[in-house]
Amino acid sequence: MTTGPVLDIRDLSIVYRTPGGDVRAVHEVNLALSPGEIVGLVGESGSGKSTLAYGACRLLRAPALITGGSVTYSGRRAAGPTDILQMRPEDLRRLRWREIAIVFQSAMNALNPVLNVRDQILDAISAHIRMPRQEALEKVSSLLDLVGIPSSRLRSYPHELSGGMRQRVMIAMALAADPEVVIMDEPTTALDVVVQRDILAQIIELKETLGFSILFITHDLSLLLELADRIAVMYAGQLMEVGAAKEIQHAPSHPYTMGLLNSFPSLHGPRRDLAGIPGSPPDLRREPSGCPFLPRCGYGTEACTSVDMKLAPVTESADPGHGTACPFVGPETHELVRQEVTGG
Amino acid sequence: MSTAADVESVASRRGSLAVEANSLCKDYKLGHSQTLHAVRDVSFSLYRGAVVALVGESGSGKSTVAKLLAGQEHLTSGSIRLDGELVDVRSRRSFRQYKSEVQMVFQDPFASLNPVHTVRHHLDRPVRLHQRTHSKAQVTAEVTELLERVHLTPPEQYLGKYPHELSGGQRQRVSFARALAARPTVLLADEPVSMLDVSIRLEMLGLLDELRRDFRLALLYITHDIASARYFADEVLVMYAGEIVERGPAEELTQQPAHPYTQLLVASAPDPDNLGGTLREGAKHTVRPGAGAATVGCPFNPRCPFADDHCLAEDPVLQRVSDTRAAACWHLDAAAASRPGVVTAGRESEV
Repeated sequence: MTTGPVLDIRDLSIVYRTPGGDVRAVHEVNLALSPGEIVGLVGESGSGKSTLAYGACRLLRAPALITGGSVTYSGRRAAGPTDILQMRPEDLRRLRWREIAIVFQSAMNALNPVLNVRDQILDAISAHIRMPRQEALEKVSSLLDLVGIPSSRLRSYPHELSGGMRQRVMIAMALAADPEVVIMDEPTTALDVVVQRDILAQIIELKETLGFSILFITHDLSLLLELADRIAVMYAGQLMEVGAAKEIQHAPSHPYTMGLLNSFPSLHGPRRDLAGIPGSPPDLRREPSGCPFLPRCGYGTEACTSVDMKLAPVTESADPGHGTACPFVGPETHELVRQEVTGG
Repeated sequence: MSTAADVESVASRRGSLAVEANSLCKDYKLGHSQTLHAVRDVSFSLYRGAVVALVGESGSGKSTVAKLLAGQEHLTSGSIRLDGELVDVRSRRSFRQYKSEVQMVFQDPFASLNPVHTVRHHLDRPVRLHQRTHSKAQVTAEVTELLERVHLTPPEQYLGKYPHELSGGQRQRVSFARALAARPTVLLADEPVSMLDVSIRLEMLGLLDELRRDFRLALLYITHDIASARYFADEVLVMYAGEIVERGPAEELTQQPAHPYTQLLVASAPDPDNLGGTLREGAKHTVRPGAGAATVGCPFNPRCPFADDHCLAEDPVLQRVSDTRAAACWHLDAAAASRPGVVTAGRESEV
C-alpha cells in the first residue's frame, strides 16, 4: 500500500520503576522497519534491546512503564497507520500475532511442555484466526513442512525435540497467522553454530517467499553483518549508530561500534589484533548526562558530558540513512585505527 | 598405516608435560541395557604455559572430559597422569593433592559463586585449604594479591562484596581468583567467557592468557566457538560424539580443516567478509542437519557427504596428516580436495 515503514518507532522511552529510582531502560529511540527488510538490533545484555522490542508491542508489564513516544504500524491489512501505544485492548489483541509475531529467545521455556507440537500450533491458530478445524490441521502440517520438520514429529512433545527443532517450531508458530512483522529475540543464541546457520538460511528463505519484515535482536554483531540489511547499535538504552550493514562494517562512525567490531575473533581471513572494550556497561539507575559510553571510550573529551545523543547523519557515508550519536568521531577515525593495527 | 601416535603436539613446544590423559572413556547407563558413550578413547596432553582448546557442539562430550580431569566423574576406563604419576581418585590424600594441582573454572559465574557469601569468603577457604596457611594476616595478604592478579583493584573494595553486587565479568574474575587460590599447575576452563557480553569476552580471554603466562599454567580451554580457539589456543582438539575427530595447531586446523566435521564447523561460523554470501544462496549443506550421531561406524557418517560403506561399518582412528596434525576419517584425501577454497591465501586484510 505504502512504501513507508511498516513499523515506525519514534522517541520511545521506557523506564522500570524501582524503589531505588527509575531505571532508564530505553531512552528516546527512533527505529523504522521497512517492508521486507531485516533490521538487526545489536546490544549487550541490559542494553534495552529486548525491552525496546517488547515495549513496541506493549508486551511489558509493570514495573516497566512507557513514558513517551509512538509506535506507528502501517501494514497492508491495517486500515491505516495506527499508533500501537494508543490502541484499545481488543485492537491490540487483533494486532498481536496476526500482524506482529514474536519468536522468543528460549524455545524450551516458550513452548508449553504438556502440549505436543501439533496442539501447540493449533492453539496459536485458534487464538488468533477463525478457521475450521480440518483447515487448521492442514495449516499446521504445511507450517511444519515450511520449517523443515517431518510430519512424523507432529505428536512429539517439546522435550523430545532437539534445540534446533524447538526453535523451528517457534518459527512455525510465529508464521501461523502470516504476520507482516516478525520480531526475533536471539532466536539462535542457544544453538550450535551448524544448526544456527541452517536456521538462519531458513529464515531468509521464508522471508523471501512470504515477504515479512524482521526485527532481529542479538548480541552477536558478526551474525548481523551477514544477515541484516540495516543494523541499529544500542548501548545503555540509547541508539549509538544506525546504518546499512555494509556501512556499519566498513565505515563505522561511533566508537562503541568500532569497539564491538574489534571484539570478536574471526575465523575467516587473516588474524588481526583484537582489542575488545575495556570497562563494563553503566548502571542505568544513575541518569547519565551526555554520552553513556564515555567511561569506556578512547576518544572521550570534556565535551562528551553534555553531548546531545540524537542521531546525526554521517555525511561521509554512502548510506543516506546512516546516523551516529557521536559528533566527534567519524569513519575516518576507524580508518586511522585500522592502518595503525595493520601497520603495527 | 600411520596412526596418531607419532603426531607431536604443538603445545609441547611451550613447556613441560603437566597432565596426560590416556584413552579416557566414560559411559553413562541409561537403564534397560542402554549405554551412552559420552567420551570414547580420548587421549591428549597438557603442557605448562600452553593452551589446548577442546572444541565441539553441545553434547559432544567436551565438558565430560573436563569433569573427568577434574575428578568430578569417575573414569569408565583409561588413565590420567599428573607429572608422570598415575592419579588415583580413590586415595583421599593424594586426591586432595591432585585437586589443588588441577583447578576448574565454570561457565556460569552467576551459578558458580555462592550468593550468600562474600568475595573474601570465596577466596579465604581455598587459600586455607590448599595452601595450609592459617595466620589471618597471611591469608588476607594472599587473598589481596589474588584479587590484584585478576585486576579487581583496589582489592579492599571487593573483599566485602556479594556476588549480586558484581557484574558478570567481575564475577568471572572472582572465579579465576578462586581457582588460582589453590596454586594450580593445570586450569580447566569450561566455556569461561560464553556467558559474558561480547565486548568483555576478549578482555577476559586476555586476562586468562596473562595468568597462563604468569603462573605457567597448563590450560585446557573448552569452547563451542572455534574462532576464539584460533586466537587463543596453541593446539585445537575437535570433538564429535565423544571422540576427538581432529587435532592440530590452531591456525592450521582452522584455516585448512582436514576432517569433514571441522570443515562444516568452520563453514558455519559467521563470516562478515562474505556478506550474506552463503546465507542468502539458501546454502543447503551437503550434510543433513539434525541427524544424530551414528552408533556404529564413524559417528559423523549420517551427516557426512563422503560417507560410504566403510564409514558405516568401521569407526576410523586418528590418522596422521602431518607432523603435528591428525584426523579420524577414512576419506581425508576426498575431504581435502573439497575444502572450500584456500581461505587465507588470497584475501587481503579487510577489517
